Amino acid sequence: MKDLSRRSFLRAAIGVTIVGATSSVISLFAPGKLKAASAATDMQPGGFPDGYDPFAHLFSYVIDLKKCIGCGSCVRACKKENDVPDEFYRTWVERYQKGRDRPVEIDSPDGGLYGFPSSTAGTEGVSKAYYVPKMCNHCAQTPCVQVCPFSATYLSPDGLVLVDGERCMGCGYCVQACPYASRFLNPRTKTADKCTWCYHRISRGLRPACVQACPTGTRMFGDVKDPYDPVRHIIDTERIGVLQPQMLTKPKCYYIGLDKEVR
Amino acid sequence: MHEVLGYVFPNDLHILWSLMIVLYPYVTGLVAGAFIVSSLYHVFEFESLKPIARFALIASLAFLLVATWPLLLHLGHPLRGINVMITPNFTSAMAGFGYFYGGYMIILLFEVWLVYRKDIVTYARRSRGLKQWIYKLLALGVYDISEEAQQIDRRAVKFLAAIGIPAAFLLHGYVGFLFGALKSNPWWSTPLMPIIFIFSAVVSGIAALIVMYQVAMKLKGLVIDRACIGTMVRWLWLFLIITASLEMLEIITLAYEKAEEWEIIRQLLTGPLALSYIGIQMIMGVLIPFILLMIIVLLDRNMGDKVANTLSFTAASLLLIQVFAMRWNVVIGGQMISKSLAGMRQAYRPELFGRESITTAIFIMIVPIVFIFVAEWLLPMFKFSEEQTRKLKETADYSKGYTE
Repeated sequence: MKDLSRRSFLRAAIGVTIVGATSSVISLFAPGKLKAASAATDMQPGGFPDGYDPFAHLFSYVIDLKKCIGCGSCVRACKKENDVPDEFYRTWVERYQKGRDRPVEIDSPDGGLYGFPSSTAGTEGVSKAYYVPKMCNHCAQTPCVQVCPFSATYLSPDGLVLVDGERCMGCGYCVQACPYASRFLNPRTKTADKCTWCYHRISRGLRPACVQACPTGTRMFGDVKDPYDPVRHIIDTERIGVLQPQMLTKPKCYYIGLDKEVR
Repeated sequence: MHEVLGYVFPNDLHILWSLMIVLYPYVTGLVAGAFIVSSLYHVFEFESLKPIARFALIASLAFLLVATWPLLLHLGHPLRGINVMITPNFTSAMAGFGYFYGGYMIILLFEVWLVYRKDIVTYARRSRGLKQWIYKLLALGVYDISEEAQQIDRRAVKFLAAIGIPAAFLLHGYVGFLFGALKSNPWWSTPLMPIIFIFSAVVSGIAALIVMYQVAMKLKGLVIDRACIGTMVRWLWLFLIITASLEMLEIITLAYEKAEEWEIIRQLLTGPLALSYIGIQMIMGVLIPFILLMIIVLLDRNMGDKVANTLSFTAASLLLIQVFAMRWNVVIGGQMISKSLAGMRQAYRPELFGRESITTAIFIMIVPIVFIFVAEWLLPMFKFSEEQTRKLKETADYSKGYTE
């Protein structure tokens, strides 16, 4: 979070916001786009590790629900990698169980951190059961960036929604605005916290910790600007869905085999 | 630790916005409401409100002074809050607050100064010692209280009060917009939210003035102006009808549409929020005061002063609770619903001591009262009521609508 270039990026983003009434009116309707675009002219490349150029990438995430076994490895990996405080989750796994004569049962004990115990209601009459891993969707049109009082959370050029922990005052407005409940207020830093797709890893060419830890290949991470990336191929060719599409937040997390109960 | 009904997202287990965020729209509402009453006199020339017009302005300023305190107490990094003013993000509903608040503060300070200017100058000439210095400071070097100067003052007050009305509505409508504009929360996300906030603000402001005015008159041993109370009761009744209708319209629309969100809101209102929504907000807070106010308005002539004052005091006190309950049900209730729409948290109880506790809330509510006492010591607000009382005592005629 302390990269100089990111701070300068932020400064640029804020500069744009103050530029004038015109830009603010436009940004009312397309906040992320405007800031990312204008930041592009001011960014100083080279501040990232190994000359990482954020403009050369656009990251996306694909989750294949047919493969998830609910082992919770991703949740544990995330907790370890990012030092996520207890009772809060940057990523978590939900279990859905449904049948013709019983209501949908959803649970996520400790966010799936220790896997899933046998269902309390039993499996009698269950005709369909599946796991759904969740995290920040890194939306392109995200309410959290829209509502942040002074752009402490922002959309980066490579498609991520990030929080500048040194600017955030901890009002929690973004936490309320996120329809996916993927944000929380970190009790230690007293600032907004969320999944960053392990930005410190991906900007060094590594995969996010959860992707690396997943034993079944449920979680896939890729760059849609790379024509040979398998994730780009999946997005282009498979039938995919996003969470709460009616919110029009344009998530960059895509699900294969998403069911209608999942919000 | 967290009582949960149904399925709640793991990060939704925590009530993030606490009692302080309930208090913040409540105090802001009192500011706006009290200001509207003073404007009814200054702009719309309701002469019967004269006994309370000066007091209403000071009360409004007193609450405005503490309006930001609950917010600052809630922030994880309150010192960074100033960034809202320096580098605002204009797409954020929250970023505007500093400007609305600051602009409104300027209008109110100017108006208070102009209304009290004649007194300030008089006292600055009359008093000695520390008090004289305070008055000299308050006079800002302007000592002209000729009839022409006062004429200009009055016109300026009228103008400020006039632009103050939209400012007050903006300030509070904006607070409602903070919640109403979040599509993530079905209990908040309605265009009615800012409107309900505005009207309930006026209700709470008038109710607070009825209560405080009667208490002040008792403390000072002055007569309570029946006509003044009567006018406020009529306005209060009108605004209560509008507020209650809007609040019910919101629920009825949700219930009638039977959209996805109704499933969980229905459970919330009849479950964990049953007492504070149905019991306190709707029955104790709307139905009972509505009946009381109706009795006062309809049976005005057949009612003794004591009865009318007691009834209006009771109704106003209940309405103060009603508006607080409404803020509570919006802010806390909204957070009890999980964004999964499949479950909710069952209860939230604020702490007794600490930064965002009940004690802090009580302290914040006491500060404006202290401020009013200090203001009364410096600039007597009830000169008109004192005159009325004196005249009554001289003629010993207590039967013409005044009582002690």
